[in-house]
Amino acid sequence: MSDEKMHVDVAIIGGGPAGLAAAITLRKRGIKKVTILERECNAGGIPRHCGHPPFGMREFHRILRGPKYAARVVEQAKSAGAQILTRHSVTELLPGGELKVASPQGLLTISAKRVLIATGVRETPRAARFVTGGRPKGITTTGALQSMIYLKGLSPFKRPVIVGSELVSFSAILTAIKGGMDPVAMIEPGQRITARHPCELIAHFKGVPLLLNTELKEILGTSKVEGITVNDTKTGESRDIDCDGVIFTGKFIPEAALAKLSHLQLDAASGGLEIDQFGRCSDANYYATGNILRPVETAGWSYREGHVVGAMIADDLEGKLSDIKDASVLCRCEDPVKLVVPQRIIPGRTGGFKHLQLRVSRAVKGELIIADNLGREWKKKMSVLPERRILVALSELGILENTGTLRVYFKE
Amino acid sequence: MSAETGRFSRLEKHNIFDVAIVGGGVVGCAVARKFALEGAKVVLLEKGRDILNGASKANSAILHTGFDAPPGSLELHCVQQGYKEYLDIFKDFNLPILKTSAFVVAWNEEQIIRLDKIIKQAHQNNVSDVHGIDRDCLLASEPHLSTHALGGISVPGEYVIDPWSSPLAYITQAVLNGAEVRFGYEVCGGQFDGENWLLNSETNEDISARFVVNCAGLYGDYLDQFLLGKSEFSIKPRKGQFLVYDKAATALINSIILPVPDERTKGVVLTQTIFGNLLVGPTAEEQDERNIAGVTADGLENLKSQGEAIVPALREMPITATYAGIRPATESKDYRIFNYQDKNWITAGGIRSTGLTSSLGLASYIFKQYSETTEPLVPPTEIKTPKMPNLAEHEPRDWMKPDYGEIVCHCEMVTRREIENAMSSTIPARDLSALKRRTRATMGRCQSFYCTARLAELMGGDADE
Repeated sequence: MSDEKMHVDVAIIGGGPAGLAAAITLRKRGIKKVTILERECNAGGIPRHCGHPPFGMREFHRILRGPKYAARVVEQAKSAGAQILTRHSVTELLPGGELKVASPQGLLTISAKRVLIATGVRETPRAARFVTGGRPKGITTTGALQSMIYLKGLSPFKRPVIVGSELVSFSAILTAIKGGMDPVAMIEPGQRITARHPCELIAHFKGVPLLLNTELKEILGTSKVEGITVNDTKTGESRDIDCDGVIFTGKFIPEAALAKLSHLQLDAASGGLEIDQFGRCSDANYYATGNILRPVETAGWSYREGHVVGAMIADDLEGKLSDIKDASVLCRCEDPVKLVVPQRIIPGRTGGFKHLQLRVSRAVKGELIIADNLGREWKKKMSVLPERRILVALSELGILENTGTLRVYFKE
Repeated sequence: MSAETGRFSRLEKHNIFDVAIVGGGVVGCAVARKFALEGAKVVLLEKGRDILNGASKANSAILHTGFDAPPGSLELHCVQQGYKEYLDIFKDFNLPILKTSAFVVAWNEEQIIRLDKIIKQAHQNNVSDVHGIDRDCLLASEPHLSTHALGGISVPGEYVIDPWSSPLAYITQAVLNGAEVRFGYEVCGGQFDGENWLLNSETNEDISARFVVNCAGLYGDYLDQFLLGKSEFSIKPRKGQFLVYDKAATALINSIILPVPDERTKGVVLTQTIFGNLLVGPTAEEQDERNIAGVTADGLENLKSQGEAIVPALREMPITATYAGIRPATESKDYRIFNYQDKNWITAGGIRSTGLTSSLGLASYIFKQYSETTEPLVPPTEIKTPKMPNLAEHEPRDWMKPDYGEIVCHCEMVTRREIENAMSSTIPARDLSALKRRTRATMGRCQSFYCTARLAELMGGDADE
């Protein structure tokens, strides 16, 4: 069993938009050895298997399909001089920036001055949703369906039902149609879709009935999906819908498996890593960026976050963050505020993330309040929906040096 | 009938098997192994595309000591024989064992009172290291256990094994030593001419065997009815649902956490799995269907709250997978083994959750009954033993060795080399379910979000389970 040791300046775990963008920035800032560790055979991340537009408006000011976008970002990172090691799976995160890595050539240890975790998100599969029914063939997630159709040209069913109405759910419609399928319906338990207007028009123009107030109760069929039973959430009446596939879409969760088994502090609310506004984790040798921070943002947003945290790591390696004290303000959210990122703020510093990012767990109308332990309050009236980005500028909050905690909540 | 009899009589002697085993569950696999090692010409007939397609597919994978089995029962005898034999052979097969030990935990005064009786019974069953443990010691050993625990029993010998590789090892050894396996072979009729059985299937050629062992699990009573005209027992399918927690949850328990059992079932267990997850289950739900084992939202929610009541920190842990299986319970608590000497037929019925442990013991028990009525067999001069690929999380995995090609399933770290080996092994995986049982592929937290497409490609287009 070979066990080589490799030394790098920055090791980036995950070669999706966030990790690649960080690598580009780090290289542009003159950091010598920037190594991306990508477990798949190709870097590029999730956009690799989103064979539809729009990608790249923020980064390239033009509309690209996912694979083309992924290829471009990979190319950028390569020409910036980042090393991309594909088929490299990080198996352990050790204190101080040491990584255990599996590769087809053998095991290796990578010792990095700084490590950036950019492992992204994945959808919640059927199991964790507790849906009644057997295990017939024809149950999948958008991600799995996309890689089947766009990467491998496989088509597992003909008439799927799409569960959920997030942005990705509409991507599932496009993917299904691309795969020659005829989606039977999109079902959403709420009274409106989760994605923004005018996403519903995708369903409309593609002729896919959008069934609101409709909750999945049971998957029918033993060897193959034969249909589903749904409940009307208003009347409580149930009925069957004939279909041969079920696509579970969205309900993204950060891919934090590695971190969960490590010494790093996780944030139960976001499901990702706990960071300060520079993207630093509880072990200051580790940083995190992109969708590992919270479910879920677009590729473009993750790409931008990659740049932000990449720049912070460069600052750090240049000694610009070394004066920062460990003491930081802890942000805690209360229902219906579902998550807040970053979770720790070091007062009086600029640089890094300029905003608190929030999400709510349900549609809510009222006053968003951010209160510190010194009795100071920041308030703003708003009406927000789940899965929508809410930003609060840190500069507006004017957090004081001696602040201990921030409570983030809603007064409805 | 005359036409068939005519064809029957034309069969060459060498085409007649010594024994046909009906059913490729864990019991069938172990029986096939035993008979093959004793020198019998064996055929195993399985209606599914792979072994372990019925009751053996889903269980809690515990290697039982038999401490709580009814004293004097056949189940106890077979469990203890099986336990002993597994410990004798597992290293030869490269099979894993996780020496967890177990605690029976009492949650109320009434259960505390029953502990003494369980200890007495354990000692009566010769599991002499079973002893009481007070609340403080229990919580010291299991710091994440709910503080509502009142005390319990320590069962040092209860371990966790690989529920899929073990039966696969048994049937592989059987085949390496001359046994044959027919998949997709559903026995739908048969005749006994006083000397030999002729078994029929709608889709396959007839099989002739001197002796039949019915290991048909959930369909064992039906097989007896069809071929013998009567069954001494009837299967009462009992569904069990399970929750599988993320690998991070495994650190929350050190031992298997057992409830104080009631008359009907062993109750809900918390155990580590050999694959490094934490398992909560099973439920015990009577149902009529033998082939449908679906999960229910209510059943899973119920298990979740039971699990969280036992280990509160589970609330923070993600759930990786859910599944359900059916156990072939009968009207009796004990195994239903019947030897129809005049029919050259032995039935092994009603083997429930202890079957994984008892199968090796049962195989010896059944072989002994068989050998009492026949001429001695000549065992093979050299016995071949397969080395099984390791799937256990606590033992070195394939990805730790170079040249594995690529990691196909990232959550479970399954390599392309493992997948290719599983597809070309002695009992090859022919669909995704079979591949999953041989490699752990798709068993992980993403439940195939990342790997479905690549797996489907490697399997030649079988897109999902």
